Amino acid sequence: MTTKDLIQLSGLKGKFQKSQWALILALVFFFALTFLIPRYGLLNEYIQLIIIYIGINIIMAVSLNMVNGYMGDFSLGHAGFMLIGAYISSILTVWVFPRNWNPIFTSIILFPIAVTAGGLAAALASLIIAFPSFKTRGDYLALVTLAFNMICVSVVQNIEAIGAGRGFMGMKKLTTMPWVFIWALIAIWVVRNFVYSNLGRGTVSIREDETAAELVGVNTRQVKVLTFVISSFFAGVGGALFAHILQFITPSTFQLQKNVDFLVMIYLGGMGSIGGSILGAVTYTVILELLREALTILGTFPIFASIPSLEVWRWVLAPLLLILLMIYRNKGIMGLREFGFLVPFRDQFGSRFWLKRRELTNANSSN
Amino acid sequence: MPILQIKGLTHFFGGLRAVFDFDLDLEPGELIGIIGPNGAGKTTIFNLITGVYRPTRGEIIFDGVNLVGKESNWIIAHGVARTFQNIRLFKELSVLDNVRTACYSQIKYSVADALLHSARFQREEERILNEAMELLSLFNLDCLADEKSKNLPYGLQRRLEIVRALANHPKLLLLDEPAAGMNPSEISDLMELIKWVKEKFNLTIILIEHQMRLVMGICQRIKVLDFGETIAEGNPIEIQQNPRVIEAYLGEEEQGE
Repeated sequence: MTTKDLIQLSGLKGKFQKSQWALILALVFFFALTFLIPRYGLLNEYIQLIIIYIGINIIMAVSLNMVNGYMGDFSLGHAGFMLIGAYISSILTVWVFPRNWNPIFTSIILFPIAVTAGGLAAALASLIIAFPSFKTRGDYLALVTLAFNMICVSVVQNIEAIGAGRGFMGMKKLTTMPWVFIWALIAIWVVRNFVYSNLGRGTVSIREDETAAELVGVNTRQVKVLTFVISSFFAGVGGALFAHILQFITPSTFQLQKNVDFLVMIYLGGMGSIGGSILGAVTYTVILELLREALTILGTFPIFASIPSLEVWRWVLAPLLLILLMIYRNKGIMGLREFGFLVPFRDQFGSRFWLKRRELTNANSSN
Repeated sequence: MPILQIKGLTHFFGGLRAVFDFDLDLEPGELIGIIGPNGAGKTTIFNLITGVYRPTRGEIIFDGVNLVGKESNWIIAHGVARTFQNIRLFKELSVLDNVRTACYSQIKYSVADALLHSARFQREEERILNEAMELLSLFNLDCLADEKSKNLPYGLQRRLEIVRALANHPKLLLLDEPAAGMNPSEISDLMELIKWVKEKFNLTIILIEHQMRLVMGICQRIKVLDFGETIAEGNPIEIQQNPRVIEAYLGEEEQGE
């Protein structure tokens, strides 16, 4: 009896470990693909570009979900942090870093430094606004972060040196598929580690009942600031990657519309779920591109020749999607659930494992 | 030396005097009850001790430290724990995670450890998991560890709140109407539970309660509040015979019934 239990017990762990190995294998396979696809042209340039956008959007959605989903606050400043990351990294690669280095060195040494710097700059900015912001909650926090976003945009619009409203260019196309893959993986991994730690539990407890959280010993201020800073770091990283694929950034790109896009992604995928953010980012990016295709095809008909561009239509689509989601599926695709492979063993089977082990020790001691 | 010493504690909400000149000396291992009509300022005292409000006047010395001006999470981390009048569990979290969340201040790994899930993180989390499960099993909640706390029946939710409060190894436990909404047999169980918890975890307890049977049954000493003022203090028998108490509190109830 006890041996059988022991086998069952290790079976639980063995099965989990097997699934983790399968996950690692799959990741290695996809990572290899990110090199092979551009090299051998396995997919056309346009599809490659969409995949890169999906990767960036995954980073943005997963990080925004930390604040809006897990912590239950409402930030509307994510695009502002993205802007900071985009501009800081671009200034570094265009003006500060040597331009004549071997492209490989530029790509594997200078570029990650620029992206990290973009992330750190965004994190620093978030630290500065975290203190006044987190004196407020809910609607007020949304307003403070929205105001921050608008300030970021208008500040950049008024700095002649970095192109003001005309935008900033001159970046090389340093954002490649492997890099987006790596950064998305880092973002997912770090956010997952955060969520399944005492900080993550603190974050969720704030969402559930902030006063109670404080009164069971959670340092709510520390948790809020950390969540916000880490989330903004990845928004900055996303911005840096975005700037180096588009090679041309303007402040108006990072306005409210951009925030609405990310909001739709996380509401679509599911609040408080990493898997949900990933699904939401993929789905929404693909929907927008399909819409763009559809508009292009429609535009070839003479009657629709004057049809407005996608930029106009997404103002229709995004709010419509949000409203429909709120009414019919307010928890999104995943809704607080999570893919098994994203949850650490202890958080998935820890209690069952503990109960089994105790059963076993009791059986042993009674023999 | 008393574990908790409250001197001249006074608190106003605007012009409303919620607590006035409240004194309390609590020896380690004592179980004291605070009773009084609704709005007498009982819960406000708990909120003052745990730093939710900052008192207008007065001192709260716990274990040699003045708690006035300290943040709630600091106070909890240093050995005060409480439950709530209306249950305030983290509803969407599992029973286990409710307890693990309360271990926040005990966890000794850095932010970097948490983000990287380092070896130190794994060790600490393993310790916390085992501790939480053992605590749950003492209260027969271990088999429900993975259940969302909102799915527990009412009585078990109350019990889980006590478990969550104990997760932080408190020295002083503040129970805010733990018997609210319970039937007589549940109250009897609760009385046994409180006595048992007090011995097992070596606690000093302050109990706010409306259920006279519970307070009279387990408290060694009782303080009676009315409109923020202490109107009587003594053992259960003295309290039951005190004319001011009967007038302010017990008498009303008798008439009502």
